[in-house]
Amino acid sequence: MDLTKATFWGYKRENGRVGVRNHVVILPVDDLSNAAAEAVANNIKGTMAIPHPYGRLQFGADLELHFRTLIGAGSNPNVAAVVVICIEDQWAKRVAEAIAETGKPVAYFGIEQHGDHDTILRASKAAKKFVQWASELRREEAPLKELWVSTKCGESDTTSGCGSNPTVGDAFDKLYPHGVTLAFGETTELTGGEHLVAARCKNDEVRKKFQYMFDRYQRVVEANKTNDLRDSQPTKGNIEGGLTTIEEKALGNIQKIGRKCVIDGVLDKAETPTGPGLWFMDSSSAAAEMVTLVAAAGYTVHFFPTGQGNVIGNPILPVIKLCANPRTVRTMSEHIDVDVSGLLRREMTPDQAGDALLDCMFRTANGRLTAAEALGHREFVLTRLYESA
Amino acid sequence: MIHFVVHDENDSVGVVVVEGVKSGDKLNGWIMDQDKSIDMVAKSDIPIGHKLAIKPLKSGDTVIKYGVDIGKTIAPVQVGEHTHVQNLRTKRW
Repeated sequence: MDLTKATFWGYKRENGRVGVRNHVVILPVDDLSNAAAEAVANNIKGTMAIPHPYGRLQFGADLELHFRTLIGAGSNPNVAAVVVICIEDQWAKRVAEAIAETGKPVAYFGIEQHGDHDTILRASKAAKKFVQWASELRREEAPLKELWVSTKCGESDTTSGCGSNPTVGDAFDKLYPHGVTLAFGETTELTGGEHLVAARCKNDEVRKKFQYMFDRYQRVVEANKTNDLRDSQPTKGNIEGGLTTIEEKALGNIQKIGRKCVIDGVLDKAETPTGPGLWFMDSSSAAAEMVTLVAAAGYTVHFFPTGQGNVIGNPILPVIKLCANPRTVRTMSEHIDVDVSGLLRREMTPDQAGDALLDCMFRTANGRLTAAEALGHREFVLTRLYESA
Repeated sequence: MIHFVVHDENDSVGVVVVEGVKSGDKLNGWIMDQDKSIDMVAKSDIPIGHKLAIKPLKSGDTVIKYGVDIGKTIAPVQVGEHTHVQNLRTKRW
């Protein structure tokens, strides 16, 4: 596939970023605001609430991550406008003003001294204005490098390492030279292969930052584990699918960054990259958590290779599912966007599989709904670092 | 028909990529990196996605996959035998 003059059709946002979706989001800052947010989304068709269970009594780095994730999600170029709802006005304002720095329309409402009904009324008026405004926005042609592509694998098995992950690697190797901004993560899942990732880092500074993130996560595991993690990493699903050790899982995981991409930088959880290239983000290996983090960082399309059949999506980041396991593509076909099981029957070369994934990427960017979007999978899962106070 | 794949010819294990492999079946394998063929007989029933040993292993041997150390055996393993949690463990945790 010749990508030199490749373009896609996306929404050019006020800050110059280009999105592939046009969501109007009703964003609760805390759990108390979920009911009002859902009521607004019900009143105003075409808007989408993204409820979640947190936002109270958090402190320190955990609280900062909470804000960074919500602000990032609202700022994502796949989002046209945002209505923020919070139990009180100050944090509503903090989140709203940060999102408004992108230039997009944002409104905020606090529930205290108003109650749900009045809040729903006021927020619905704003949401209606926003959705009617957004509905007149049009896609414009944009160069390939305006796409930011993330990846994470899930419900992996050995076909992930043999087939679907190398397909992502092939696609990443093809995208990288064209200035696309890429991301991968899943920190603990590199265990056993971290030296290989370190070797791919651009320079010592990047390598040192990667090692810091990796070691920090290992300390969390060491401090809290009760056995060799044999029930949770690899997971029961991984083991059912044939993956035996974390080292093996790591090697399969690392196939996703191809052979040619250089790791240009390291991001903390939900941190936005500052330039093109491949970025490593410190992140959980829990699927929806990781996808939520890269969505908050501003990524607009996601490659999700699966073995046993992971089903998650994300409300604002379209998740493309690819699979090389013939049993999964047969029994869970409604969840799979790109079938690369032909790789393991030698009916398809890795180059052809990579091209098939890129073809789906362009179609998704241009508006084709992914399986997860069509099935209504909108998992929005916040990463927590420790207990609330 | 390809029954199992191997990443690199120096690996100790391959991955079964078809359903229904039973003990005694003659299996044809594809070594992907070097694009070569390898044949053997299954010594166990092996579910799709699971590994089989392509070299004989003693207890405590390092198992190589993707050309890299993925763990150690905790029992001897014959060529063609199912290699998984019952005889292979992590060295890391």
